Order: sequence, then structure tokens, then C-alpha cells
Amino acid sequence: MKAKKKEYEDIPGTIVFDADQSRMGYGINMFCMSLLKAENREAFKADEEKYLDQYKLTPEQREAILKRQWIRMLELGGNIYFTSKLGATDGLSFQQVAAKMTGSTQQEYADMMLAGGRPVKGNRRKSEWEKK
Amino acid sequence: MAKIIAGVGTSHVPAIGAALDNGKTEETYWKRVFSGYEESKRWIAEIKPDVCIVVFNDHATAFSVDVVPTFALGCADEFIPADEGWGPRPVPVVKGHSALAAHIAQSVILDEFDLTVVNKMEVDHGLTVPLSLMFGQPEEWPCKIIPLAVNVVLFPPPTGHRCFALGESIRKAVESYPEDLKVVIFGTGGMSHQISGQRAGLINSKFDKAFLDNLTANPKKLTQMKHVEYMREAGAEGVEMVMWLVMRGALNTNVEEVYRFYTVPASNTAVGNIILENRPAPRAKKAAVVRGKAKPATRAKKVATVRAKAAAPAKKKVAKKAVAKKTVAGKKLTKRARR
Repeated sequence: MKAKKKEYEDIPGTIVFDADQSRMGYGINMFCMSLLKAENREAFKADEEKYLDQYKLTPEQREAILKRQWIRMLELGGNIYFTSKLGATDGLSFQQVAAKMTGSTQQEYADMMLAGGRPVKGNRRKSEWEKK
Repeated sequence: MAKIIAGVGTSHVPAIGAALDNGKTEETYWKRVFSGYEESKRWIAEIKPDVCIVVFNDHATAFSVDVVPTFALGCADEFIPADEGWGPRPVPVVKGHSALAAHIAQSVILDEFDLTVVNKMEVDHGLTVPLSLMFGQPEEWPCKIIPLAVNVVLFPPPTGHRCFALGESIRKAVESYPEDLKVVIFGTGGMSHQISGQRAGLINSKFDKAFLDNLTANPKKLTQMKHVEYMREAGAEGVEMVMWLVMRGALNTNVEEVYRFYTVPASNTAVGNIILENRPAPRAKKAAVVRGKAKPATRAKKVATVRAKAAAPAKKKVAKKAVAKKTVAGKKLTKRARR
């Protein structure tokens, strides 16, 4: 049976954290959640590979975490409010993580926000991105 | 009898909390945000609520993906500010009103809302940033707080229609509580923003302004808006704005918008703040005149207050424009400095 198409799949550059993504990303998100505790942040920083052994992760998820592939983590079921805790562990703010996801430098991203943000025009549907 | 007298809508951007905690409020960037809340702080200091019900969302702090309640009411005596990865915010412990909260929980569950009761919950920026914006940096928060956590992290959140109806039910619950309490309800989150994916940074001021207009005058229209429209038009995380509809549902159909503030950006997000005071339903002209005769003093005073307050946003608009210009200038300066 083919899964029903979701109406929000058409929004470009957006990975909606729904029940399917959540099911897939349980390990990533629970790992990130553990970083709320200072001692866990220290343990993770001391030996990332060993720390990750505690969590059930696919090889792709593990690689995405170790390489800090922020978009890939979301594609593999991570949620931004969880992965941002990995960002915090690395000393990154929400804005710095967001800048990385858009492929721009922190300064470029901050300038875009100051100038009013990314406009909605041309960013509503995937077809609008394909034309570019 | 307890009574909800007003509603506050406000963003809860974490960077605002960080700016406040790290003493950056006088920096041009942050002054633009904080100055917009001066009027709101004055307003709430004058109103002096006994209790604030704060509708917010937990950001993977109290709730992981182990348990995701759609609506969770904080019924504890206190709620500790959480460590969200940067260390806990240096803000006072949040004191609950467990008796009123328990009463609300029982009342809305019997009114067919399947609410989760929470007796232990650490609270994150979603709750503490609105308190900081409205109350500043006191030693203790000046009133009791009842947190109502709404899931907007795991899709789908409750619909706007459901949120509005829950607000109506909360109002009934509050009004059936015997103690005389002045209650203000906060709807928090938003406004337009997206912090995930390649489309991060999306802002839609036109959407936000229409949302604020409709929130005051035509909230039923907003209850019909689908999640996908929030996400497409106001960013994936813009869907948080459904929480403002819980607040609106708890108010009278007829409200007076006594204050509004809007600025872009705070970090990744458009910041909005609105204050709505309950007003009696407009009656037929004849009846209004009769009522006016019966209580001339009270009426006249009320109108004056409203007029004075209504004048404030107009002034603010001018101030905001000036600030916006300054920001552009500030940006140019930074660029020059970098060269």
C-alpha cells in the first residue's frame, strides 16, 4: 500500500516532524534530549562515538550526528528542538544552526533576518524552487 | 468569582531571554524589541492580575518523544526553570496556583477536553520569556502562574478550532471558581518563523498583521485556518500561533485591542505582542443609552481610559518606524565596520 501523499510535502526546504518522522528518529531525538544534562554533555564531548553507542541509531543517523549534518538529521527523523540541543552542546545558538541549514554564513543569515527575513514569495511551493 | 479580564499574545523567542539574561537590552538590536514591551509592562503592572494562565509549548524540555501530550495543564505549586542546554535561565521559580489549576482540569475534562494533568514539569523559554517580557526582572514573579503546555512540536498540533474551544471551556472553568481572582490569559509563540530546513528564516509580516487584525475582530475566521496554511505562509514553526487562539477563546467576543507591537526580527523570528481587554457585547443603541444613564461616571471613565490607551499604539507606530530606520542605519554601520 502506498502512503497517502501529505499536503505539506509540497512546502520547499521544510521537513515536517510528523508521527512517521518521529518513529524513525526516536534514537536521534532521545540522544539529543540526554544533552540537557551537563554531565552528559561532558561525557559526549569526551568521546562522541562511545557515547552514541548507548542509543539505537542507524549508520546514517550516526554519521549525520558525528558530522553535524543538520539537515540530514532532520531528514532521518530528528526534530529541530532536539537537534538544537546538540547545537547548544557545540556552543551554537538557534540562529547559528539555522544559518548552517540554509548554507549561508552566520553573518549572511543575520543580515537577511535584519532586512526582514526570507520572503514568502517564491518560497511557498516546491515548483517555485525548481524554476530557480 | 474568578474572572478572566484580558488576554496577552506574545512571542517567546529564546534569544530574547538570552539577551535579557546577558544584559544586552541596551544594544540597538535588542532595544528595538524591548522598547516595544514597555507599554505592556506598564499595563500589566497596573492591572495586577492574581493569576496568569500561560499557554505555551514545551520545546523538548519537559516532554521528550517518550510522551507527547496535546494539552497538559500544570497543576503543581511550583515549576523550575529548565536547563535547555545553555544552563537554566536566572529567573525566579514559577509559582503555580494548584487549587485553581485542579479546578480547571476537572472542569474542562468534564467539558470533554481530554487534558493531561502534570504535577511535575520543568519550564523552558516558552513559558519564562513571556514572563520576562511582561514583568521584567523581578526577584519573584508578581503573580501565580498556571502553565498550559500545547504540543506544537510533533505534527499535527491541535487545530486552531480546538484551541479556541478549549479557551472557551477554560473561561467557564475560571468563572465557576468561587474565590475572587483577577485572571489574565497569555497565548504565546510565533509569529512567523521557520528555524528548520533550507527555508529557515522565512518571515511573513503581511500574514502576521492580518493574524493580529483577525485575532481582535474576527477570531472565528482564524479557527478555520489549516495547519498547512500556517506552515506554508508563516513558516514551519509559525504553526505555534494556534496557541494564541486558546487565549482568544477565553475572552469575550467583543474585546478592545488596547495595545499592539510588531517587529522583525528577534533572531529567526517575527515578534508580536497584543493586549486584548474584555468588553461587554455591544447592545442596541437604546439599551446603551439607558445603561449610560444608569452608570454615567463609570462609563465616562472607562471610555477615557480606552481612548488614552488607544492613542498609545499610534504613537508607537511612529516610534517603530524611526527604530526601523535606525536598524537599517545600524546595519550599514556594521557593514562599514567590517570592511
